[in-house]
Order: sequence, then C-alpha cells, then structure tokens
Amino acid sequence: MNVRMMQPDGVESRNRRVRLGSLMLLLIVFLVASQPSYAIPAFARKYGLPCSACHIGWPILNNFGLAFKDNGYQLGNDKDSPIYQNPSYWPITFRVTPQWHLENTNKVGIDAPGTTTPTTEQSVTVHGFDLSGLDIWTAGTLYKNISFSVLPSMGEGSTFHFENAWVRFDNLLNSPWLNVKVGKFELDNLLSEKRFLTLSSVGGFWYNYHFTPQGDSNGFGGIGDNQIGVELSGHNSNSYSRYSIALLSSVDGAPGLSSGGQGGTARTYDVNVNVNQGFPIKGLGVQRIGAYAYVGRSPTYFLTSGGTVVEAKGSKSFSRVGAFGWWFIKSFDVETFYMHGQDNAYLGNGVPSNRPDLLPAGAVGPTWNGGFVEAHYTVNPQLIFTGRYELVHVSRQANPSNLPNLGNVDSFTIGYRWYPIMLSRAGLAFHNEYAQAKMGNLAPLTQTDVINRSVMLGFDFDY
Amino acid sequence: MKVNWKQWLGSLAITMVFTSPILAEESHVGNLTGRAAEGKKEYRRYCVGCHGPLGDGNGDNAPWVDPRPRDFVAATFKCRSTPTGTLPTDQDLFNAITRGFTNSNMPHWDPLPAQTRADLVAYIKTFSPRWQSEKAGEPIKIPAEPAVTSQSIEHGHELFQKMECWKCHGQQGRGDGPSAATLTDSKDQPIRPYNFADAGNDSRFKCGSSNEDLYRIFMTGLDGTPMPSFADVIQPNDAWDLVHYLRTLQPKRRSKENDVVKGGGGKPSTAKPGS
Repeated sequence: MNVRMMQPDGVESRNRRVRLGSLMLLLIVFLVASQPSYAIPAFARKYGLPCSACHIGWPILNNFGLAFKDNGYQLGNDKDSPIYQNPSYWPITFRVTPQWHLENTNKVGIDAPGTTTPTTEQSVTVHGFDLSGLDIWTAGTLYKNISFSVLPSMGEGSTFHFENAWVRFDNLLNSPWLNVKVGKFELDNLLSEKRFLTLSSVGGFWYNYHFTPQGDSNGFGGIGDNQIGVELSGHNSNSYSRYSIALLSSVDGAPGLSSGGQGGTARTYDVNVNVNQGFPIKGLGVQRIGAYAYVGRSPTYFLTSGGTVVEAKGSKSFSRVGAFGWWFIKSFDVETFYMHGQDNAYLGNGVPSNRPDLLPAGAVGPTWNGGFVEAHYTVNPQLIFTGRYELVHVSRQANPSNLPNLGNVDSFTIGYRWYPIMLSRAGLAFHNEYAQAKMGNLAPLTQTDVINRSVMLGFDFDY
Repeated sequence: MKVNWKQWLGSLAITMVFTSPILAEESHVGNLTGRAAEGKKEYRRYCVGCHGPLGDGNGDNAPWVDPRPRDFVAATFKCRSTPTGTLPTDQDLFNAITRGFTNSNMPHWDPLPAQTRADLVAYIKTFSPRWQSEKAGEPIKIPAEPAVTSQSIEHGHELFQKMECWKCHGQQGRGDGPSAATLTDSKDQPIRPYNFADAGNDSRFKCGSSNEDLYRIFMTGLDGTPMPSFADVIQPNDAWDLVHYLRTLQPKRRSKENDVVKGGGGKPSTAKPGS
C-alpha cells in the first residue's frame, strides 16, 4: 500500500498565482451555477397563500415562512398531509433565470502570443445574454409530521446533482422542540444564503460562507454548502426560539463518502450548532440574534492501493464560529453577520500531516475574521431594494512569507427586485444588480489586488 | 379669561366628526392599538389571496379553498366571546388570527408580531359597515369549571341526548349524525359537524382547544353555521357537564374526563347515564 502525498504549498510563484486566480474565478462561476435560491410556489398553490405570506421578498423568508419551514412545511391545520390535497396537486417547483450579465476582472494574466505563460495583466470584460441553471424541486409532506425535500439542480449541458435530498420527522413526542432530519440539507443558517436576494456572479454568494485561505487544502467548502448528515432541531410555536445540532460526514455535501474530493474515503464527522432567539419590539418588528459553530476535520493525505485512493488520512481540524443578528425597523431590515475561522497549519499550508518537514518555516494555522451588513428595504411586497457590504480579512497567514492581505475580500452589492407577478400560483421577478469584490494580492503578475465586477439584469421565473 | 363656549363646542364637534372614522379604524387588544392603515399593508401581504381585496372572501384563490374564506363584509364570525348575532370583540378577532382554524386553510399567524395582528384586526373591521353602526357584544361570563365527576359526565350525556346534539355529531361524536349530510352554512356551502372521535392529543376545536373554549362555543354558537347558541337553553353548570361528556367522546386524547371514565371501568365514548 502506498501513500500519496498532497503537494506542499511552496514559495509563491507566478504560476501558482495564476492558478489561484483562475481557481478563484472558477469558484465564483461554480458557485453561481450551483447556487439555487429557495422559493416554493408549490406551497403557495397547496395552501392558497401568496408568495408574500412566507417571503419578505422571495426567496427571503419572513417570520411566518420561517415558522412554516420549521414546522416541516406544515401549517398545522390538519390539512398538511397530501391525502387532503386535490389529486391534481403536484408539489413541483421550477426555477430558471434568463438574464443579461456583464463580468469584468481588472487584472487577468494574459498569455504571450503562442504561449501559455502570462506575461501581462489586463482588464477582461465579457457580457451577453445567458441562462442560469434549472432547479426542479419537489418538497412537502409525505404524511402528517413527515416532510421531505428533493432538489435536483443542473446547469446547461452539465449533469445534475442533488442540491438537497432529505426526509424530516417533525414534532416528535408532539413537541416542536424535537425534529430529526436525515439526508443532504442546508445548514440551519438563520441568514440563509439559499434564500437571499442577490444572484450575480460576484454578488451571488456570501464570501464568508465559502471562504478558504489561499493555499489551504481544506475540503470543507463553507457553511453555505449543503451537507450530508442528521440534524436535530427545535423551535417554539412561533419559531422565535430555535436551535439545531447536526452531525455531518466530512464530505462537504458530496455523496459517495467523498472526503477531500476523493470518493469512498470519508471516515470523519463534523458538527454544526446554531441557536437563535427572536424578540419582538413594539412597532418595529421581530429582532433576532444568534450564534453558530461549525467544527470539523479534513484529510491532509490519502492512502492508496494500486494507485487508487482508498482512505482519507491525517485529518486535521478546522472551525467556523460566530454570531449574527437580524434587525427590523418596520419595512427596513438589516442582517449582520460575524465569522471567525481557523484551519490547522497542515490544512492551511496544504501539507500532509505525515510530512511535517514540508511545512514552511514558521507555518501556523491560518485565522481570519469576516462579516457582512446586508440591508433590505421593502417598499411593498412587490418591490424590494438591497445593499450589502462584506469583508473577509485574514488575521494570520498560514505561511509567514505570504503577503498579509493575500486572499482578503472586500465586496459590496446593490440591487433591487420587482415582482410584477406574485400570486398563489407562480412568481416572476425582474432582477437588477451590481456587485464588486476586491481580492487581496491575487493579481497573477503584480501581486496587487484584483477587482471583480458583475452587472446583471434578469427575469427570475418561479413556478 | 372668558371662555367662548360656542366656539369651544363647535371645535369639539368638528374634532369628533373628523376623528370618529379614525377611531373606528383602530383596534384595541390589551395594551396594543392596531391601525387600519398599517393593517392594510399587512392584509395585502398575507390575506388578500383568500379573502380578496374587498374582504368579501373572493380572493384569487378562494374557489379552491374549502371551507371558503371568511366574508368580512358580512361580518359574521364563528369564533366570538360575545352572544350570538353580535359582533366579536377585537380580542376575539386577534385570537382567531393568532390561532388559525383547524381543518381549514387559515393558518395560525402567531409568528407575526402582535402589533401586526392588531393592525390586521383594525383593517378587517373596515370592510363591513356593521362596525360603524354597532358595537361589539359583551363577552359572556364563564363561571369556574366544576370538578369532573362521573355524575357530571353522565349528566352531560343526558344533555347530549336531550338537546339532540347527536343529530349532527352522531352518537359517538363522529360527525355522522342523521342530519350531518344536509348541513350548510350561511353561504349555502356544505359544512361538516365536528368529529370528536378522531381528535388526537394535539387536536383543536374550531375556536380553541381548552374546556373553556368548548364551553364558549356552545354558549355563543358558531354564527354562520348550523351550530346554534345554547345560552338560552341550558344553565352554566349544565354546560360544564356537557363539556365533560364531550371530552369523553375523544378517546385518543389524554384528559381528566377520560381518566374519570377509565377509573369507573367504562369506555369513554360509550359511557351511559347511570352506568
């Protein structure tokens, strides 16, 4: 049996920066392509409620929508079981977003003619009409207090993947405080990236929810990724008080026991905990505060047999912890989020734990702090404005020779959504957004900051 | 300083004329004051799909909702603390919004802040002219519940027979009495009597889940349905006995009434007078 090592993260080189920059762009494209937002007109059809009953502006859940979700997609009126539905009712939702968008990166390494070696940096802009991936989502109840969700998601020309697939046993022992969910699911983030308003390539995800320092080999993609495992959760009757504890395979949501991206190798588990509390303030709305912690392990190398990877080894720890708040002043609300992240030194430097000699001098576990402030102003249920400022700053680089700001993110996004159709059957939103993100020292040649920009105009269909 | 009483009274009259519609568009629930102007926005967000923009129960989705959404223009409400035929109190409407209605599409809206629900109450009252010309009824008085005994349950069973509750609800309380299939509400829509026997431990009635709620239901009646008020027919103590008996028609539900019946060796839903 051989041992295949992960490549150590050596001294920064031009090519490495090119790769990192490319990986960053690919990551953004991947995230946007695989980032379904959750809004379910099938529920509106089932219960006869308009989208606005559950969403501040879909897909952001309001208090009522959150309680409905927490109760296992049940209103609790003894009409939740499918046996009470018209046989023609079909709990399927489709979502796709035709759009025009522009993407600009101000410093891209451009190859010399006839070579694959970048020799200059220049701004690159692409734009045109485009199509998002397609979500075909079915969710609801199998029976009273047994709910489910299956969401196959696919991009044009690519194979589908299960964004989520789970079954949940609700209100165990007749208590809303005991619910068990099994399968692949979104972590119980009160501030849900799956239900936020922005969709563009640069602004279509929260960087904090997916941040990994440059050169880090951690297979965990962030708390924004859906994970596979079992979750115990609970809430009071109006979902002002909520908790969840999840035991998850360390596979970042990939089926096939794929630890660190290698199928059939997983052997460790992660834990996610989230608690939050809402408290109404007269005349303002329900304010919410909470805290979370994700603690896990990720492999640093793999055992192989005949060249085939067979088991993840050398797992090292990482954590993402923080707090959040959601503040309402009538139609104006602000989400605030803080994260402190840290990875083990081996993960941070991409070094197998059985080869400490490959660690660069002074290597340490990287740490970072991040957060965002995102505001929404709901003019009425059919028009909502949004703006966000977000940052992630590395407080300790894994390799002391790294530039201090390497990988830092500073971004902002502004936009609005207008819902000309918001019925209890379907929804349509006109979406307009501008987003910009500065990535620290990622220019491939000059090692200066890179700025990515997105402009998006789209029609968001949800049926 | 000489007071010009004519001018003063004139100002007062003008003030009253112009403020009375505003006051009428308020609700008062505990220490909350709901305002119709705010409620209108919330109504558009949460309620309009079923109850309609005019509040007449003809929202876009109404044809597919069973039972049909409440018609606020008619201002006939099932769940009240007030005598039959009278308008409910603001608190009654607030409770209805908060609690929702079992076996209907009306969910419990308690996740909404109390102020929002109070605002909705104020707006709902703007749909019917009844709120301009009538006051809400006086809530009925509910005496303290007496102890549950086998005698009270037996007496309740006698009343159940005597008042012919079984004609709609059936002898076993299954909602399958001989008249059940013929019942309609005030909109000529078919309506089913409550099925006590199916009630699980977490079951609710249309207007609440406690013994006090059950007492209130048959002392106020469910206006707009065939369920009448029995306030003029039975005395409070008799009503409590009937409550105790009705609880025994829910054998799957944990209750002190069922404990008493089990203690007496009988099966709850088949308890006979004098047994």
